[in-house]
Amino acid sequence: MCGIVGLFLKNDEMRPQLGAMLTDMLITMTDRGPDSAGIAIYGTGGDGVKITVQSDDPATDFDGLDAALTDALGSIGLRIADTHAILTLPADKRDAAINLLKARGLRIMGVGEAMEIYKETGLPRDVAARFNLRDMGGSHGIGHTRMATESAVTTLGAHPFSTADDQCLVHNGSLSNHNQMRRRLARKGVVTQTENDTEVGAAYISSRIAEGATLGEALEGTLEDLDGFFTFVTGTRNGFGVVRDPIACKPAVMAETGDYVAFASEYRAFADLPGIDTAKVWEPEPATVYFWER
Amino acid sequence: MDKTPQTEPRQSWTFSREVNAEIRRAAATGIYDIRGGGAKRRVPHFDDLLFLGASMSRYPLEGYREKCDTSVTLGTRFAKKPIELKIPITIAGMSFGALSGQAKEALGRGATMAGTSTTTGDGGMTEEERGHSEKLVYQYLPSRYGMNLHDLRRADAIEIVVGQGAKPGGGGMLLGQKITERVAGMRDLPQGIDQRSACRHPDWTGPDDLEIKILELREITGWQVPIYIKVGGARPYYDTALAVKAGADVVVLDGMQGGTAATQDVFIEHVGQPTLACIRPAVQALQDLGMHREVQLVVSGGIRSGADVAKALALGADAVAIGTAALVALGDNDPKWEAEYQALGTTHGAYDDWHEGRDPAGITTQHPELGARLDPVAAGRRLRNYLNVMTLECQTLARACGKSHVLNLEPEDLCALTMEAAAMAKVPLAGTDWYPGKPGF
Amino acid sequence: MQSLDMAATDLREVNATLQAQAAQTNQTEWVIENPRGSHAVAVGLDAPIHVTVKGSTGYYCAGMNAQATVHVQGSVGPGVAENMMSGEVIIDGDASQYAGATGHGGLLNIKGNASSRCGISMKGIDIVVHGNIGHMSAFMAQKGNLVVLGDAGDALGDSLYEARLFVRGSVKSLGADCIEKEMRPEHLEILADLLTRAGADATPEEFRRYGSARKLYNFNIDHIDEY
Repeated sequence: MCGIVGLFLKNDEMRPQLGAMLTDMLITMTDRGPDSAGIAIYGTGGDGVKITVQSDDPATDFDGLDAALTDALGSIGLRIADTHAILTLPADKRDAAINLLKARGLRIMGVGEAMEIYKETGLPRDVAARFNLRDMGGSHGIGHTRMATESAVTTLGAHPFSTADDQCLVHNGSLSNHNQMRRRLARKGVVTQTENDTEVGAAYISSRIAEGATLGEALEGTLEDLDGFFTFVTGTRNGFGVVRDPIACKPAVMAETGDYVAFASEYRAFADLPGIDTAKVWEPEPATVYFWER
Repeated sequence: MDKTPQTEPRQSWTFSREVNAEIRRAAATGIYDIRGGGAKRRVPHFDDLLFLGASMSRYPLEGYREKCDTSVTLGTRFAKKPIELKIPITIAGMSFGALSGQAKEALGRGATMAGTSTTTGDGGMTEEERGHSEKLVYQYLPSRYGMNLHDLRRADAIEIVVGQGAKPGGGGMLLGQKITERVAGMRDLPQGIDQRSACRHPDWTGPDDLEIKILELREITGWQVPIYIKVGGARPYYDTALAVKAGADVVVLDGMQGGTAATQDVFIEHVGQPTLACIRPAVQALQDLGMHREVQLVVSGGIRSGADVAKALALGADAVAIGTAALVALGDNDPKWEAEYQALGTTHGAYDDWHEGRDPAGITTQHPELGARLDPVAAGRRLRNYLNVMTLECQTLARACGKSHVLNLEPEDLCALTMEAAAMAKVPLAGTDWYPGKPGF
Repeated sequence: MQSLDMAATDLREVNATLQAQAAQTNQTEWVIENPRGSHAVAVGLDAPIHVTVKGSTGYYCAGMNAQATVHVQGSVGPGVAENMMSGEVIIDGDASQYAGATGHGGLLNIKGNASSRCGISMKGIDIVVHGNIGHMSAFMAQKGNLVVLGDAGDALGDSLYEARLFVRGSVKSLGADCIEKEMRPEHLEILADLLTRAGADATPEEFRRYGSARKLYNFNIDHIDEY
């Protein structure tokens, strides 16, 4: 049970403000999800592969990480933001880097050319401040505030969930067949890391895309294969998509201007967006897939 | 000549006479069995727990001389006017419509004399119960029958009903036989039609929306009165935690023995957890959030005696609510109507066709002649007596455990007679210091 | 004209001030500035006052309204005018889900579109939507009138009781037990009055009427596919 926000910029001049705009939207959704918060932000890309890792003990775990990675993989970029570290490295070093990071006990939050993921437990305002989300630029991003229902309040249980390169998902609702789906995916070799229903939704979409489906087809598939109440917002390298279950009880509202497309659980999150007074504001239809790509 | 010995005719356990009768009934009518009341099957219950009492290591209090307080305050978290009760036993929500006006009045009279609250149901607030209840909890249900601003502001507390023990995940049901002109008028529906009220609220879904709904109700009532959230015993840990996160002052937790006016038998008997199994997870959720005794927990579903009350409190509840037991105290299923029960094809104690409105005791009916059989004054007095007896019993047990307030009873004052009860209540099996699932073994 | 600025005044004070007008109705004109999508704005009013909300609101704006006129110069979130008793609520923009849910009386006048479940469980309220309405509207609607100048979404009037539904545009699909019914003179009269009161630019003859087939009023095994 949660709050969701998403922002996709059409106007490239607004890119430096993406983090600030998303952060304000995220904080407005605090009441819907005070337990944890997270954001996936998509930058320009083109510098190779970015890997976001997390540690509960960054002082120890990130100490010497730069040197160890450089020794093993050659020159890499490393930026530390509180409990998270973002590595940038050539695409052919991706798998070796992931193995090395896992061996050092770090959690992989997300991998991709453009995507960085930041999530932690705590109030959205505090989480945003820890990572300096406000100063981040990018083309689009999605965010989430979480009120945990049945799975634990942990960093890993926070959204967004990323289950494939440059793909991530946030969710408001409660799936009623996620255990069955988790077992179905496991038989195909798709492993989830948490008990969280949202991760199953994310893994389902990634697995369909890996099998050759388009994002649109994968989102259509959720309507057939996932049961329960859900509003999903999914981010990809090029854009983002939205789908609501056929009953569509969980709130969702969208706004579009010449500059951006925005998504939120409540209109309140839009109150500070530029030009919102003249924006086209509407609610996504049930069982209908929407996506915006550049 | 000797007869060849033969086997005794043997009934199947799987296809018992009772089961076969239900198959024949279903085949003849094409509709599931609908009835009132709670689960009739045997489930682990408070009877499977015992108090240890005081001995050499603990000292008891003298009965009648050394005070044992029974007062409870509900709604201390946010409400400006919490509900102060003299006893830890309240009357659960029951609707006018399901019950006669006389029965609602009697509940109000009895509860008020005993110093406790009563609760409306799925049919709005009546003058009978508002007038005779010093403290009245107004239920906010998915149907919103009779819901209005005036009554909301006359309520001493608001109980948002998310679910009920007899049917977690199900909506209300009132069949056409009981929809008289008055009931229909209060519910804005035509007379004589079946009412299947919604299972979800019409204008919110989930705890994130519920938080906003609570804000609205508090803004309408000026943050004066407590907001309770009632849930059926389904996933008590999560349900309690989310009720607290959504902003409740009080959580009302109704186990599967909790009654209903009418629903499918399959729902009553096959959905939900026994009351005994619900309490510890709910208390754990409150403790994990640092809210035990800050957000009060009211437990209901099969509470019958002061022993049940004391055991529920010892497991961590702040109060209990009674429904079925209160109706029995008023006169429900009284053997004096046996001839009439027989005529209805049942017997006293087993009568549960409350939805048909033909209750010989005049309680679960809208029939004027039947309703007139219940004298609200006398019935109210019986309820008062019964509440007093339960309170005295509860105090007796608390004193025996050395408590000067009933809320000081603890799980450590209990042992269990069965493995099942030990596991569910997380108290040691009698004679051991162990219960199934206890860490460290 | 009294003004309450929500940029400087908290919700409790805004509502308490408006609710206190019941006893002293000489101040009848109120303006709420900067609502910025706030929830529970102008709820539980019970006096013949006129409140103008300058901007968009969140959930449950004008909830349980009695007597008052609340005019939102913007859009509203879920559950606008839920359980309204009397008075009038006017929305210049769009309304989210559950508009007028369980309303008992008064007029809810939505100039834009209403989303899903508009008029769910309505119990006597009149709702006029100048645009379209979403799916599952008038679900279990009991009493009152729902007038839609635009189109209706899926499953209109599912499990309907005695509420009257009037739609000028198309209906994507009808819900269980909802059927088109004959428009009789008394219906044209009701509709004409509502259209006038809502300031709607339409004539009653352009509408079709939908209502309950009343087949689900009492359980019948032959209708099992509807359950």
